[in-house]
Amino acid sequence: MKIGKGEIIFAVIAVLFVASFFYGMAANPGSEFGGADGAAEGVITDVTGGYEPWVDNMGFEPPGGETESLLFALQAAIGAVIIGYFFGYYKGKGRSD
Amino acid sequence: MHIFEGFLPSPWWQLWFVFSIPVIMFGMYRLNKLVSERRDLLPLLAVAGAFIFVLSSLKLPSVTGSSSHPTGTGMAAILFGPAVTAVMGVIVLLYQALFLAHGGLTTLGANVASMGIVGPVIAYAIYKAGMKANLNFYVVVFIAAAFADWATYVLTSAQLALAFPSQAGGFLGSFQAFAAVFATTQVPLAIMEGALTALIFKYIIQVKGDALVELKVVSQETINKIRGTPA
Repeated sequence: MKIGKGEIIFAVIAVLFVASFFYGMAANPGSEFGGADGAAEGVITDVTGGYEPWVDNMGFEPPGGETESLLFALQAAIGAVIIGYFFGYYKGKGRSD
Repeated sequence: MHIFEGFLPSPWWQLWFVFSIPVIMFGMYRLNKLVSERRDLLPLLAVAGAFIFVLSSLKLPSVTGSSSHPTGTGMAAILFGPAVTAVMGVIVLLYQALFLAHGGLTTLGANVASMGIVGPVIAYAIYKAGMKANLNFYVVVFIAAAFADWATYVLTSAQLALAFPSQAGGFLGSFQAFAAVFATTQVPLAIMEGALTALIFKYIIQVKGDALVELKVVSQETINKIRGTPA
């Protein structure tokens, strides 16, 4: 695939995104960039003065950050394999037709 | 970033199921029809679903000092419409709720409403309006996908604000607080997702443009125009 205008625009936006992350690191010193859902939990506590979830997690709970990152990586890998496979399939098919 | 298990009290979690279930049912009907009538489009369906799978697993840091993930639903919404996208959203959200303790089963209805329905409906509406106005295809895809992503988190904020209105400011007061967390964090991510979706569409047009014409996503003239001018 040739590098066209689309790839260049995408690359510029990606570089800006990374730059914004470095800005975020400088603007929020000491932040660990935890999940926004965790931050929302803090807002719920502020608003209600303390909220207890009425039911606990019912699925499998990863025992720690390591296993959790494995499962997230697995999720990304499954998706990436499917996308790559079918793009290759279509491309090869287009050539042989 | 979805609403945690148990974090929506009654009647809110039930209400969001009431909102989502009919759309999911209609989506399954549409999906069944598509799968049985258009077997040649199955790979494209798989790619659109896989795109959601990949993007919603990437937790990206944002300028606000917290992290969130894109949704990836804009692409499926443009290709197959919001109802089919809702079914894909259910699959991804179930995976994350069951294996990752991310999101939850009781909050599934609310999370499907934001990521699987409202975001995709916005993407679909923007896409149709933009193409009708004869704007550049890639610009329209970019805007549609970015707003699908962003609208998802605006709705998540609204869902939490409805369930937890603040004593001083009511719904609006706590909506501001939740939106400050979700919607602000999401802005750079939404722009990134829009750009990625537009780029992926360039490749889809290159390898399988005829499928887009068959799905009535774009007209043959648009394809010719895009292919005639190097993008």
